[in-house]
Amino acid sequence: MAQAEALLTVRDIHTYYGDSYVLQGLSLALREGQIVAILGRNGMGKTTLIRSVAGLTPPRSGDILLRGEPITGARSYDIARRGVGLVPQGRRIFTSLTVRENLLLPASVLAGGRRGGPDEGPPEWDLDEVLDQFPQLKARINNLGGALSGGEQQMLAIGRALMRNPDLILMDEPSEGLSPRLVEQVGDIMTTLKKRNHAILLVEQNIGMALAIADYVYVLSVGKFVFEGPPSELTANAEVIDRHLGVTGSEQVA
Amino acid sequence: MSFIIQTINGLSLAALLFLLSAGFTLTFGLMRVVNLAHGALYLIGGYVGLSVVWTTDNFWLGIVAGGFFVVVLAALIDRFLIRPTGENHLAQVLLTVGVAIVIADIALAIWGGDNLRVPTPEMLRGPIFLPGDIIYPRYRFVLILFGLAAAVIMWVLYRRTQIGAIVRAGVDDREMASALGININLLFALVFAVGAFLAGVAGVVGGAFLTLYPGVEWEILILALVVVIVGGLGSLEGAIVGSVIVGLIDAYGRWLMPEMSYFVIFAPMAVLLLVRPTGIFGQEH
Repeated sequence: MAQAEALLTVRDIHTYYGDSYVLQGLSLALREGQIVAILGRNGMGKTTLIRSVAGLTPPRSGDILLRGEPITGARSYDIARRGVGLVPQGRRIFTSLTVRENLLLPASVLAGGRRGGPDEGPPEWDLDEVLDQFPQLKARINNLGGALSGGEQQMLAIGRALMRNPDLILMDEPSEGLSPRLVEQVGDIMTTLKKRNHAILLVEQNIGMALAIADYVYVLSVGKFVFEGPPSELTANAEVIDRHLGVTGSEQVA
Repeated sequence: MSFIIQTINGLSLAALLFLLSAGFTLTFGLMRVVNLAHGALYLIGGYVGLSVVWTTDNFWLGIVAGGFFVVVLAALIDRFLIRPTGENHLAQVLLTVGVAIVIADIALAIWGGDNLRVPTPEMLRGPIFLPGDIIYPRYRFVLILFGLAAAVIMWVLYRRTQIGAIVRAGVDDREMASALGININLLFALVFAVGAFLAGVAGVVGGAFLTLYPGVEWEILILALVVVIVGGLGSLEGAIVGSVIVGLIDAYGRWLMPEMSYFVIFAPMAVLLLVRPTGIFGQEH
C-alpha cells in the first residue's frame, strides 16, 4: 500500500492564522529521499503549510503523519526530535550565537541529543561533515551568526537543520535573496541531500530551480492545491503556469 | 574620601541589584514574562534565610535555604499560575502583582512588620581597612566581591557554555529554537529556577544590610526594573552594567541630593530611553 510507504502524509489539513483561513484542505504525500516542491504566489499559504508540518502553526483539523504516526498538534520540538528539520524562511539564524554554537545547538542535550542515523545508508551528519559540505562556514566558525552574509546564513540554516540528521527537511524559500551562483549551490546541496536519502519538502519562488530538482510538484493557490504532478507535466501546462504562478518580476519558468 | 566611600556603597548595592536583575532580565528575554513578583521572591527568600540563621546560627546555610526555598516556590508559581496565562502579558503582569501581594501578606503574618536584620557571622562583621586610610564595613565590601563572582560565573555560563548558547538562542528566536528540538518549556523552567535562586540569595544577603521589612519588595523591584530597562531587557551584560550604573547613581544621589534620590535614578533613565529606547544592550523584540 502506497500510504504505508510514505514518510510524510498530510491529509486534508485546515489551518488558520489568527482568524484567517489559510490552508483549506490540503493533502500530500512524500516518500523517503524524495524532493517535493510546493509552488505558488506570495500569500497563498506555502509558509503556513511548512509551519503546520513543523508544529509551529498546528492545523485546526486534518492529520499529519510521519511514517504513519500522527504528529498533528505535537510540540514543535517533539516533531524536530522525530526527524523533521526546518530551514525557515528568512533563515532565522541565531544572531548572537557563533556559527559553531548555531550548528551544535540541535545536537545539544536540551535538544534531546543527536539523533542516530539509520543502520544502513550514508553516515550521519556531524560538525565535521557539515563543515566539509559548507566550506564557507568553516572559515567563519567563530563568527557571530549576525555577522554572516545572506548566502552564508543560508548555508548555516541548512547545516543547522542537518545536525539532527533529519529524515525530512522542510525548506522555505532557500533561494530567497541569493545570487544566481548561490542559488545554484543551494540546488546542488538539495541534490546531494536527496542522494543521502533525505526527503525535502521545498517551498520556492524560484520556479526554474524547483522544477529542475523536484520529483513531484504541487501548486498552491488560495489555500488549495490546483495542480499536482511531475515537473514535466507542469512545464507543459501553460494554463496553470499563467494563472497560478503568474510570473511576476524577474521570476522565470525555465 | 566621601566620594570613594560612596563609590563602594554604590558598588555593594550594584552587587545586590545584579543578583536580582539577572534572573528578571533572562526570564523576560526568553519568554517575555514580566515577573513583578520577583521582589516578593527576594523578600520571602530573605525571611526564610533569616529564620534558618536564627535556628541554626549558620549564615551560609541561611543563604542556601533562602535560595532553594524560592526555587521551589517559583517553580509552583510558574507551573500553576504563569504557564496557564500563555502569551497574555497583561494577565501575567496583573497576576504576578497579585502573587507579590499575597506573598508579602503571608510574610507579614509570619515575620511581622518590624525591620529585621539577618545576623551576619563573626568573620563578616566589623570594619575593613582599605588603602588610603578608608574604613569600611567588611560585610558590604565582601558583598561586592560576592556580586562580582556571581556576575563572572553567570557571564561565563551564558557566553561560554552550551547551555548558555541555548538560552541565548531562546532569547534570539524562541520559536526557531523549539523547531530545532529544544524543549523550550524545560529551558524556561531552568532559567526561571536560576533567577529565583539568585533572588532568594539576594534577599538573605541584602537583608543583612538593608534589613527586611514590609514594602522592601517593591523598593528593590523598582531598582531592579530600572537596572534591566537601562541595561536592556533580556541582556545579561545589560544587567551587569545596569546594576553598576544604578547602584552608583543611587549612592551618589543619596549623598549629594538626598531629598531627590528617586528623581536622580529616574531622570537619567528617561534620558537614556529617549536616546536608546532598547537600553544599552537591548535588542529590538
